[in-house]
Amino acid sequence: MKYLTKFLKDFKKELIIGPAFKLTEAIFELIVPLVMAKIIDIGIQNRDIGYILRQGGLMLLLGAVGLCCALICQYLAARASQGFGTKVRSSLFAHINSLSHTEIDRFGTPSLITRITNDINQLQVAVAMLIRLVVRAPFLVIGAAVMAMILDWKLSLIFFIVIPLLALTLYLVMAKSVPFYKAIQKKLDRLSLITRENFSGVRVIRAFSKQETEKKRFDDANEDLLRASINVGKISALLNPVTSIIMNGSIVAVIWFGATRVDAGSLTQGQIIAFVNYMTQILLALVVVANLVVIFTKAAASGARVQEVFETVSSIRENTLGETKTISKSPVLEWKNVSFSYDQTDEYALTDISFTAHPGETIGIIGGTGSGKSTLVNLIPRFYDVTKGEILLGGISIQDIPLSELRAKIGVVPQRAVLFSGTLEENMRWRKEDATPQEIQSALEIAQASEFVSQMPKGLQTEILQGGKNLSGGQRQRLTIARALVGEPEILILDDSASALDFATDARLRAALRKHNKGKTVFIVSQRVNTVRRADRILVLDDGGLAAIGTHQELMKTCDVYREICLSQLSEEEAAGE
Amino acid sequence: MKKQALTRRLLSYTRSSAFFLILAVLSAVISVGMSLWAPVLIGGAIDYIVAKGQVDFPAILRILIILIASILIGALFQWLLAYATNKAAYRTVNDMRTSVFDTLMRVPLSYMDSKAHGDLISRVTVDIDQISTGLLQGFTQLFTGVITILGTLLFMLSVNTAITVVVVLVTPLSLFVAAFIARRSSGMFRKQSAERGELGALVEEMIGNQKVVKAFSYEARAQAKFEEINQRLYDSGVKSQFYSSLTNPCTRFVNGIVYALVGITGAINAVYGRLTVGQLSCFLTYANQYTKPFNEITGVLTELQSAFASAARVFEVMDAVTESSDSGKPELTEGGSVSVSHVDFSYTPQQKLIEDFNLQVIPGQHVAIVGPTGCGKTTLINLLMRFYDVNAGSISVNGQDIRNVTRASLRAQYGMVLQDTWLFSGTVRENIAYGRPDASDEEIIAAAKAAHTHNFIKRLPQGYDTVLSEDGSNISQGQKQLLCIARIMLTKPDMLILDEATSNIDTRTELRIQKAFAHIMQGRTSFIVAHRLSTIREADTIIVMNHGHIIEQGTHEALLQKGGFYAELYNSQFAVPADENE
Repeated sequence: MKYLTKFLKDFKKELIIGPAFKLTEAIFELIVPLVMAKIIDIGIQNRDIGYILRQGGLMLLLGAVGLCCALICQYLAARASQGFGTKVRSSLFAHINSLSHTEIDRFGTPSLITRITNDINQLQVAVAMLIRLVVRAPFLVIGAAVMAMILDWKLSLIFFIVIPLLALTLYLVMAKSVPFYKAIQKKLDRLSLITRENFSGVRVIRAFSKQETEKKRFDDANEDLLRASINVGKISALLNPVTSIIMNGSIVAVIWFGATRVDAGSLTQGQIIAFVNYMTQILLALVVVANLVVIFTKAAASGARVQEVFETVSSIRENTLGETKTISKSPVLEWKNVSFSYDQTDEYALTDISFTAHPGETIGIIGGTGSGKSTLVNLIPRFYDVTKGEILLGGISIQDIPLSELRAKIGVVPQRAVLFSGTLEENMRWRKEDATPQEIQSALEIAQASEFVSQMPKGLQTEILQGGKNLSGGQRQRLTIARALVGEPEILILDDSASALDFATDARLRAALRKHNKGKTVFIVSQRVNTVRRADRILVLDDGGLAAIGTHQELMKTCDVYREICLSQLSEEEAAGE
Repeated sequence: MKKQALTRRLLSYTRSSAFFLILAVLSAVISVGMSLWAPVLIGGAIDYIVAKGQVDFPAILRILIILIASILIGALFQWLLAYATNKAAYRTVNDMRTSVFDTLMRVPLSYMDSKAHGDLISRVTVDIDQISTGLLQGFTQLFTGVITILGTLLFMLSVNTAITVVVVLVTPLSLFVAAFIARRSSGMFRKQSAERGELGALVEEMIGNQKVVKAFSYEARAQAKFEEINQRLYDSGVKSQFYSSLTNPCTRFVNGIVYALVGITGAINAVYGRLTVGQLSCFLTYANQYTKPFNEITGVLTELQSAFASAARVFEVMDAVTESSDSGKPELTEGGSVSVSHVDFSYTPQQKLIEDFNLQVIPGQHVAIVGPTGCGKTTLINLLMRFYDVNAGSISVNGQDIRNVTRASLRAQYGMVLQDTWLFSGTVRENIAYGRPDASDEEIIAAAKAAHTHNFIKRLPQGYDTVLSEDGSNISQGQKQLLCIARIMLTKPDMLILDEATSNIDTRTELRIQKAFAHIMQGRTSFIVAHRLSTIREADTIIVMNHGHIIEQGTHEALLQKGGFYAELYNSQFAVPADENE
């Protein structure tokens, strides 16, 4: 927990003062039964009303001071725990931002999201409890036992039987029911899985008229959940009755043995009442301790998960040694024997790729799923680092170029058309924060998006919902293309980015790109022959290797893989035609 | 819905577990009674322990035996209370779930299409859970809380009036404190959870789309946005955390006041002989427990609020209008001719989609549906399968109006393969046999072979018994489509509805899918959402759609000659646009 304790250091003051105040309150709480015993034994025995009032006032005072102490502690705990959580969150977010795709792929985004939200919340709770209860609860258990020993150590032996017994009961019930709760969660997940499947597959289900079967599947899962819930209910229902039997049983013992002690003159009536009081305090405190164990076990697991992220360092490093080299405008991109493996094993996603892309060239990349098309273009902005070989930009290895400078030269249109919540204009400013309205407008025009944007009632000020849900797939795709064009990148990468466009729009888009992107290198990844066939050169990938490179006409003659792909999509004469 | 109506409706679901509910109420009364009686007995015993030599052992023994018996009875009923509540709660929840799901199976597709699925799922799971915890368990807590308070007051009154009055006078204080904390912290919690949601949304966007963030070097700006929300979350977090943590110390404080006041008045009363020491101890125990039920009740009241809200959401689903019944209608006879005459259809009255659509299809004919993405091709499928009913005109299959036959028999005539392949979490075998669960292994393998997927299935770790994960993510998109084709091969329907779209499918698999499609279409009336030129050209009729409307209809040659939308679409794909030649 090295990284996490580091964050706690900023809250040293709260971590010491908070529990100290809480301890004061607990001490006062332990004194109260003693004061009451005195009222009974001295005040009532001597019929001293003044004494009773004085001692009663003392109790009120103890309560009031105790409250103040507790409030201070609660406030410090709130500040420290939230402050701790806030700091951990911020630096975890920054850290995740610094990771490369290799690490993010390894964790998976859903897992990273839970870590930065739920796990940190869990840790926050643990810090608050650390300050509020970790000192208080065990102290109350021990303190009450010690106080009882001071009153009468022989009678206090009962406590030493009861405390372990109560602890054991709490432990057993919890240990028994926790795995059940996990099982119940799984059954609940299954229920929502079936429900979800029934929504996504509603057309198929009705096409086969399988509503009754699906209902039975749901009912079975539902019944399963019912049984499991009732079973765990039976166990957890034991907790209160059993603890109450132990508690009250020990009170019976206190009265019976206490009676003999009073009869022998070594204990007073008031002290018996104090004993009973301490017993109640112990039970309450033990329940708290049991909950604390659960909270801290959960927090430890969360802590480990957060820690794991912190300990992961990005495999993509900025070259801090050596002087920063500036690249010329419109640089040549050169691949030299590049191989790449996602997990550093011998399973290469790309093997031995060499080619040179000149400014002004449009390069098409085609190949089946899993042939490495996307992987290839992902290496250019260093989303991943090459495993073997090197990529040079303007004669300089891209690993020697500052990341921000490298990526500033590249415009990327990802496969999945994602827009971010905010206005359309904000989305258009992602590549260049200070882009002029003209720059944005021209990018929209090239991307064939200006028409529908101008038709929107609020135009560029239209609010985009999360994920761009309020736009159609084709609109989203055109906007992501426009976003990448703002600020005129020197290298443009279109990773299968026109799949949601109809043929006519797709063709218009390609024509516009051609006209406006003079002097720029454009990479077009696609499964459609028609999208790449008019590129200056086409890279044909097959199973991670470069099968061939050339123009459409050349490849039709020389490359079997390419011809196979073409003929699966076009007729003979269409494939041959210009 | 009014709260009363809601409550009545909820109660109707508890009818099957009425026994357990009554048991719960009885058990609550008995266990609370026993737990309140214990301090009285203990006090009585203490009164027999006066001082050295003044201890009445036989009397103490008598009381202790009664005490033990009451403890055991109390514990038993405490257990029964929890058990019966659980049983009633879970049964009710179970019934409600079955009933909601049943409704969902019978609602028209327009309902499913118009609702957010995530929201419906959470109504089936989370909301119903909320009803169980909030309403049923909340109800028992409320009930025990109230009888504990009343019982305490009664017991106290029976022992000593003056002290009881003191306790009652302090009561508003507990109420005030509990209400104050609940009000403050619930407002803060709302604020906190709103900010938490905001932060979560940002995290999901930025981390979920790290590749885009990186590509645009957006990290610093994302961090700035994050810090801003995070700071707000800190502010509301500290407050909500602080206010909610007030409950315990404040309760202890109020308890402390009650305890001290009971102590003082009790002791003074004892001095004047109006109260025994044992009775005082009994009062002190009550004083210690007095504030607890007040806190519980305020807690329960908020739970109840959200339970009612959940119940309203669940009932809203149950009240959805279901499809008209099919009972009494005849089965559709087999064949393969379809006749669409003068059909009007639109999803909303404001936006007309299909007007006066006519189409005659004789058995074995192929109909291609073409148009840009989002042009409304699914609308046609919706009408043919009677997922939606036409607004005017009629669709007949084999001469029978499809509204006059059972839906099951109509849908059984069609084999449907959509672009959104749907497989459920189960084995490959179960998925292929979905339309005919009684199919033999030989038949299943024959279907898989016909769909060119047998060799692939054999290579899976457990062959036909391989379990597909929830969204079928352990096999590729292309293989999923082949499995869906195999599913249709097994049922051998008279007519087909196919979607040719094959994005994200590699070339070789695509070839297999083409072959499988060609194989299955032989001699069957087919409606194909077509993407391949060969399919389009060979079709007997082409329906061209755009923006939801059917704009052209005819054969390939006829449509090209017409020089309309289809011709433009065709040329844009296969001819070279002028400006691209430069």
